[in-house]
Amino acid sequence: MNVKALTLLCWLPMSALAQGFAGLGTQADGFSVPQPNPTFSFPADHGAHNDYRIEWWYLTANLESADGTPYGLQWTLFRSALAPEAGDGWTAPQLWMGHAAVTTSTDHYVSERLARGGIGQAGVKADPFDAWIDDWSLSGDWNTLRMTASGSEFAYDMDLTAQGPLIFHGAEGYSVKSAAGQASYYYSQPLFEIAGTLRLPEGDVAVTGNAWLDREWSSQPLADNQTGWDWFSLSFDDGDKLMGFRLQQTDGAHFTSATWIDADGTTTPFSDGALTAIPLATNDADVPIRWNVTLPSKGVDVTVSAINNDAWMATSVPYWEGPVTVTGTHTGVGYLEMTGYE
Amino acid sequence: MLLSVQDIHKTYQTADGPFEVLRGVDLTLAAGETLALTGESGSGKSTLLHLIGGLDASDRGQIWLQGQDIAALDDNGRAALRRGTVGVVFQQFNLIPSLKVADNIAFQARLSEQYDPKWAAELADRMGLGPHLNKYPEQLSGGQQQRVAIARTLAPKPRLVLADEPTGNLDETTAATVMDLMLELVSEAGAGLLMVTHSAALAGRMSRRLHLRAGQVA
Amino acid sequence: MTKAALQALLSHWWRNPVQLFTLLAGLALATALWSGVQAVNAEARASYDAAAATLGEGQYDRLVRRDGQPMAQETYITLRRAGWLVSPVLQGRLDGVRIVGVEPLTAPAGIGPITPAQGADIGSFLTGQGQLFANAETAAQLPDLDVIIAAETALGAAITDIGVAQRLLGKVGQIDSLIVLPSQPLGRPDLAQIAPDLLVQPAQGGSDIARLTDSFHLNLTAFGLLSFAVGIFIVNGAIGLAFEQRRPVVRTMRALGLPLRRLIVLMAAELMIFALIAGIIGVALGYVIAALLLPDVAATLRGLYGADVSGTLQLRPSWWLSGLAIALGGTAIAASGALYQMTKMPLLAAAQPRALAMAAGQRAKTQGAIAAALLVVSAILMFTADGLIGGFALLATLLIGAALALPIILSGILAAMNRSARSVTAQWFWADTRQQLPGLSLALMALLLAMAANVGVSTMVSSFRVTFTDFLDQRLASEVYVRTSDAAQSAALLDYAASRADAILPIQSADTQVAGQPTEVFGARDHATYRDFWVFLQNAEGAWDTTFAGETVLINEQLSRRAGLVVGDTVTLQDSSFAVAGVYGDYGNPIGQVVMSEAIFTTLYPDISPQNFGVRMPPADVADFVADLEAQTGIPATQTVDQASIKAISLAIFERTFTVTTALNVLTLAVAGFAILMSLLTLASMRVPQLAPAWAMGMTRNQLGRLELLRAVMLALLTALVALPLGLALAWALLAVVNVAAFGWRLPMYLFPADYARLAVFALLAAGLAALWPARRLARTPPADLLKVFSNER
Repeated sequence: MNVKALTLLCWLPMSALAQGFAGLGTQADGFSVPQPNPTFSFPADHGAHNDYRIEWWYLTANLESADGTPYGLQWTLFRSALAPEAGDGWTAPQLWMGHAAVTTSTDHYVSERLARGGIGQAGVKADPFDAWIDDWSLSGDWNTLRMTASGSEFAYDMDLTAQGPLIFHGAEGYSVKSAAGQASYYYSQPLFEIAGTLRLPEGDVAVTGNAWLDREWSSQPLADNQTGWDWFSLSFDDGDKLMGFRLQQTDGAHFTSATWIDADGTTTPFSDGALTAIPLATNDADVPIRWNVTLPSKGVDVTVSAINNDAWMATSVPYWEGPVTVTGTHTGVGYLEMTGYE
Repeated sequence: MLLSVQDIHKTYQTADGPFEVLRGVDLTLAAGETLALTGESGSGKSTLLHLIGGLDASDRGQIWLQGQDIAALDDNGRAALRRGTVGVVFQQFNLIPSLKVADNIAFQARLSEQYDPKWAAELADRMGLGPHLNKYPEQLSGGQQQRVAIARTLAPKPRLVLADEPTGNLDETTAATVMDLMLELVSEAGAGLLMVTHSAALAGRMSRRLHLRAGQVA
Repeated sequence: MTKAALQALLSHWWRNPVQLFTLLAGLALATALWSGVQAVNAEARASYDAAAATLGEGQYDRLVRRDGQPMAQETYITLRRAGWLVSPVLQGRLDGVRIVGVEPLTAPAGIGPITPAQGADIGSFLTGQGQLFANAETAAQLPDLDVIIAAETALGAAITDIGVAQRLLGKVGQIDSLIVLPSQPLGRPDLAQIAPDLLVQPAQGGSDIARLTDSFHLNLTAFGLLSFAVGIFIVNGAIGLAFEQRRPVVRTMRALGLPLRRLIVLMAAELMIFALIAGIIGVALGYVIAALLLPDVAATLRGLYGADVSGTLQLRPSWWLSGLAIALGGTAIAASGALYQMTKMPLLAAAQPRALAMAAGQRAKTQGAIAAALLVVSAILMFTADGLIGGFALLATLLIGAALALPIILSGILAAMNRSARSVTAQWFWADTRQQLPGLSLALMALLLAMAANVGVSTMVSSFRVTFTDFLDQRLASEVYVRTSDAAQSAALLDYAASRADAILPIQSADTQVAGQPTEVFGARDHATYRDFWVFLQNAEGAWDTTFAGETVLINEQLSRRAGLVVGDTVTLQDSSFAVAGVYGDYGNPIGQVVMSEAIFTTLYPDISPQNFGVRMPPADVADFVADLEAQTGIPATQTVDQASIKAISLAIFERTFTVTTALNVLTLAVAGFAILMSLLTLASMRVPQLAPAWAMGMTRNQLGRLELLRAVMLALLTALVALPLGLALAWALLAVVNVAAFGWRLPMYLFPADYARLAVFALLAAGLAALWPARRLARTPPADLLKVFSNER
């Protein structure tokens, strides 16, 4: 254990690394706490909210090369605050973590970056929008964005064009995470058209597809008894979309939440219990890689299957994140994220 | 028969070539019998004693001791023989200078694991060594040292005692005393005694006498 | 059976406690010297390893600025944003502690020894509240800071966040170097495109310090081995004596029925038990020796190489186990011969007294041939040896060859003396001495080695001291040296000193590399101070003129030797080429040096402004100058140092450097004296039959005793006479071969006859003292014992 490992603890505001994502559900000393009936203001809210403990810019994309080979892509920037202020220089209490990944049916390339705020190595500016860590960046005027990332075995350079409006989860962006009332601010740009080049060990690949960008910030998103989550973003072939998550509780019960997004951008929020998600199969590491997801009121009963079962993010805080295909009442593609499976 | 020596031969390599020191010697000794071995220097009497005592190996012939042919024994076998069955009293006493008298007396019995403290104490007592048990050999006179050596030899109750001029380093009076004690104890134990000596007087006190000349029984 | 036999064997030692003491003491001394030296080495190496682990030294490529100056923090951001995975490091000294600032989020794993169990508060560490990590020894030097004790941190270093380091060291926004992480992303641009003023220092697979100090440790190890060899001579003697004396007892025990194999096993076991006891004592003594030496070694390493070595000793299992192993192994070597003889010993062979002597004839011839061969090899090496390995091969062949030749040389001398002797007594004395020689030769060889090492090392040390003192006189020409902390202070100093000093000489330097060698470049102002005082080893006509004209540069001897540069060759600095006009001696400095004119330096290294100044003035004015300087410019007196103090400090460092060598010298000599004592005691028991005839023919016992004493002193004297040229050859090899390879400089050799004479007296005294007791014993041999020789001979 060295400084490096130690610093990872600060991603989890509680001290024990072993508690993993469960640590996200703790006190919010001095930090702001999400309140119901939020009013968002753009482009300012695309930027960082330093008075909240955690925040992320989370982009996933389902891609295809010219020959129809599917690829998954992830670009994520996390912010974690030691104190509710921006600060400047080395003493700034803001820490940044970037995760980037490219998933094929056989390989899963992952890279991670860590940086301190306050010295220019990482940060997010709202206007013009620019989110960066080292040489990775996501920048532009939000309607069109350029996205780059690199690792020792891969790199990518993508152009994105927003399609449709921002959508807000939960109660107009106030997303409740537990019966006890833990919540986050949560909105998405559920559809970008995306095109660019993946640089992989086997060579460069031109790809196109759809991307989904999540924005979420909070100071205590999980309750004490919640240990992780399973999150689905599904884009059906008919243009409808579904975001749903299931929070795992220590008593074995679950808390679910979902947002139905019509092709025209109209949203319908669903509170606890409306969505069900049941694992059907697990990989060698006991992580579920096939799910039955239902949302009866929208007639959804689908099987969600990982394109690559081994999309494990072996990062400082490990989790599973990868592209999926959807079959059943609806067909399509999407992304699956699962935490709390260490 | 305690001891039976048959046609024993021994040759030494010397600077002037091989020298046959024993040329077919035969002898016998019964339990309780005492035998004086006499002869001139170089007649082979000491060599014969060494062969019987398992200190050296013969070239040819047999030495039967209590029904066992010791000529056929290997190094370890001869060592075992020396520890238990045979006791040798040397002219030079050969005590262990760093051990006290009591430990010297006990030494061979301990080696052969036949140590009997009572018997050792009685031996010391009868040898007149009682006051000297805590002394070192160098603090004793020659006669006393030889008595320690004899006590050491008798402590494991050997069946056969071999003595090589045991009184050769002692004055006459002392020699006589030591000799008396040895004969008395050997006789009590019913052991056989084979003694090399130059002294006709000493030889006369033995039950038999064997004279060697040029490696043969004269 | 075993118990009785063992009791009989052991009783020998209780009855001869002196012999037991000799055996144990010899072995313990040998082990002590060996393991003491090893402990020192192990401690130093552990310190280097800790430093390497803490600072990642040598493990990773690093980026530094070409001119050796710190880089701006912006450069770090630029590189990161271009995709270079690098991590910043800032170092500096604070209250004598090396403050190392690292950036924990980007540093490679394994840099920094901090664990959560040690009470790390990550918030405090990262957000600039000033948390440092250091071991207890170092932490004590930083009483005012929040230091968390982390035992495995390198000595003398405190690890902290780079932001804290910048603040503590007053280097806000600065970075010394960037660690390049082993794994880099695809598509990273070339360094030249994004940071052309940086260069890559490749990883070196081991710490610099460890390689730099290898030669020093090799020296210590050689001393340790020498001591151990001498110790084994003693053990060999003691075991030989014990076996010799117990020969009749062994025969008796076998006659009484103890099997030979059992006897050998018991004797070996007995010796191993002793070896274990002596080994434990030796390791304990070694610990004491190491504890006494370590502060000096640490000071030496710090003074010579800037290597931080802990002054406190740790008890490492690997160390004391190897100490015991070498005690057991040494005993096994020393005893194997004696035990082998025992197996060959016939049970009945007449027990005639047998000298320890090696069977003369063939064996002496073989030994002579080996000695001659080794000396021939060493003679060849004298002319061809190059580098450390060659140097040590030269030392080894020379010393071993001479040691093996010693008995033959002595025998020859004694034979010659015998021929020229006139009186019968003298003839008997020489003949008898010669007869004793085989028994004493091991001890005399030990004495020879100890004395030669003493002569050689003390010649080297003293030559170094003389040269270094002269060198300091030349080079520390300025009366006062002032260090300023910023440009404002520099200006104030120049302003103040202009009227009060004869000359102000700025001293400015930059770290760089020349021909792959780490090198400091100095810019010098044209002044008589340089022209008058510096001594060239090699120079072109008008070297100073062309150098101050900016056409040429001067280099030190280290750079000349390592880079193979001589006068007339060209060096390249900041893409400019200069001819080398001179090579100067530069002692006590581990790295290369280049001197150029101030003007050229300023052009090549525009970012560097001088912060050190030499000030020339009449020596009488120094005190006033320093006092007024503080009052008028605010430059504290702690930033000035006068010439005399620097000289004193420098000399003190070098005195300590050689305290270690001196201490080992004395110990080795003492051990050799002990070896003589043991050999004489061994021989004494066999002397009675040899002396009895002389006594019978009319020499008194006192006379015989005096002759015994005289004999020992005379043999020591002869050995000393052989040791002197051998020691000088050794000194030459050290100065001309080993030093050049290890330090990069060759020192002129000076001779110190008074020292050698004193050493010879010490050796004679040691031999005399060693012989005194055996001689007295001999003089008091009861006549009865002498008579016995005649009455009791078989």
